[in-house]
Amino acid sequence: MPQKILSTENVTVDFDGFKAIQNLNFSMNAGELRFLIGPNGAGKTTLLDIICGRVRPTQGKAYFKGNINLGRMQEHRIAQLGIGRKFQAPSVFASLTVLDNLELAMQGRRGVFSSLRARLNSDEQDRIMQCLQTIRLEERANELAGALSHGEKQWLEIGMLLMQEPELLLLDEPAAGMTDRETEQMGELLHTLTDKSILIVEHDMEFVRTFARTVTVMHEGNILREGTMDEVQNDPKVAEVYLGRRVADVA
Amino acid sequence: MNDATVVGTPLVAAPERTQARTINKAQWIMGALLVLALLLAPFVLSDFRLSLLARFLCYAILALGLDLIWGYTGILSLGHGVYFGLGAYCMAMHLKLEATKGQMPDFMAWSGVDKMPWFWQPFRFAWFAIPAAIIVPTVLAAILGYCTFRSRIKGVFFSILSQALSIVVVTLFVGQQGYTGGTNGMTNYKTLFGYDLNSISTQHFFYWFTALALVGVYLLSRWLVAGRLGKILIAIRDGENRVRYTGYDPVMYKVFIYALSASLAGLAGILFVLQVGLITPTEMDIVHSIKMVLWVALGGRATLTGAVLGAVLVNAAENALSENYPAIWSFLMGGLFLVSVLFLPQGLMGWFNTLPATIRAKRAKKSEPRGWTSHASRNPGSQHDAAAARDTTDAAENPVY
Repeated sequence: MPQKILSTENVTVDFDGFKAIQNLNFSMNAGELRFLIGPNGAGKTTLLDIICGRVRPTQGKAYFKGNINLGRMQEHRIAQLGIGRKFQAPSVFASLTVLDNLELAMQGRRGVFSSLRARLNSDEQDRIMQCLQTIRLEERANELAGALSHGEKQWLEIGMLLMQEPELLLLDEPAAGMTDRETEQMGELLHTLTDKSILIVEHDMEFVRTFARTVTVMHEGNILREGTMDEVQNDPKVAEVYLGRRVADVA
Repeated sequence: MNDATVVGTPLVAAPERTQARTINKAQWIMGALLVLALLLAPFVLSDFRLSLLARFLCYAILALGLDLIWGYTGILSLGHGVYFGLGAYCMAMHLKLEATKGQMPDFMAWSGVDKMPWFWQPFRFAWFAIPAAIIVPTVLAAILGYCTFRSRIKGVFFSILSQALSIVVVTLFVGQQGYTGGTNGMTNYKTLFGYDLNSISTQHFFYWFTALALVGVYLLSRWLVAGRLGKILIAIRDGENRVRYTGYDPVMYKVFIYALSASLAGLAGILFVLQVGLITPTEMDIVHSIKMVLWVALGGRATLTGAVLGAVLVNAAENALSENYPAIWSFLMGGLFLVSVLFLPQGLMGWFNTLPATIRAKRAKKSEPRGWTSHASRNPGSQHDAAAARDTTDAAENPVY
């Protein structure tokens, strides 16, 4: 049985009385590509927030690799463990160049005094160039990230995540604001990252349908159904609360 | 849109890179000339003018520290006078004791203190007092910074706290007259290491020392912001939370740069006392602290050069106006601030640095009426356009946070 990269135990998140997540027991295996879907307010983004330390669970615990408790850890410690987060709205460092954005994200020492002395060696430069090719921003390497289009910022943020070399990637709607062609490229990229575990929140059902292997459907702060896309689609409960006519239309 | 920029970029990139290099060379030559002019100033200026310039250079050292925390990192401190004052007071305590040959200073007796307090004792020694003048502000800033930044207090809340710090320290210094000299502060120094403070040669020496210290601090700051540390500071300003999720702890970076900036303020305070011969709590109060921020704002944030220019030019203007129009100079000063903020929102250096891009954009507009004027300002071959871009990015700070 493969190792669990991520698991939550009876996690509840209470935002002043509104339970965004209720008693959630979620887990995924190392190397898995998992899609998280569900109607607005189902708690998908909150789940990602718990894992990366942005939101603290009111009750319950979240574990990374089986036994590392994420509950009390600061965000930067969680990032150093190897968990990378991409937010829904692209967040890049607008007044730094594309190149600098990637340099900062690059896996390495994060202390004040090591960054005082840090200089890029040729191996690191190569890695940055390679990443630039992957995200197709070579031409814009020396431009300010703030000058990029929405879609390009999305790619840059993906590039920054890759430079972090995380074991677990948390992606919140990575394809939002991208053209059809780019969405496809994004999906293909995700499939090449076989050595990483990836958890994606996605609203674009076309995208999910094309690239998903395992899907988790969330509803009202809990898991409604888990399985392959076919299993999920044919589940009457899922159709009722969420997919409804849209599935019927597409199918 | 996409096609246009992709085609445009490589065409522009090559000449711009060489252009950036020639700008760099010109900057070095300009810088070298300025340093030379600074060093030759004692032979040209009258003693009075030189002492004014020396004071402005002390302020410039402090302004560099402010630019590091505000311009680069986005921490707006409105109480930086405190760190300047602490450095100055530490130095003044030693000068006072050297003047009285280790006896209790006169102002203590006037306030009814009959025995020199214990914390004054070690200041008899220069080897204690001078390092203390840097260490005291640095440690205070590190402790306060750690507590506030760890609690994620930032933006305007931090600015208000820093003002509170200024009120607390000034009230303390005014209230404890017997230990600090109260509102009158401390003056009447005679010697340092036995050298007469009022002699021309000593004052010239201090002037040169200050000028060289300024050059040293400037180069240190340049080196800091040019490396990865500088990029992380800018990243913290752009999106502190994103920095966290990238694995850096912004708290440590902010504490480091805040403490460094306090130590520069302390250094400025030492040099100030040696040349001005007086330190009072007024130098630490909120009004003075806000003036310091204005120097950086008018000179141009996140440019370093702007901080130095701002400190010197604003103080020179203030001095010239108050000499020539003693009745209305403060109105003129206020008007000058308003006009600069309205017409030079990025400060002098910000305006100067975006000048080539602005001219290019204007020319492009003239030559092709329907054309792509936008790409001229969007291609930052040099880092200068950063200042122009910042205005928009500040406002558009990510809604996620």
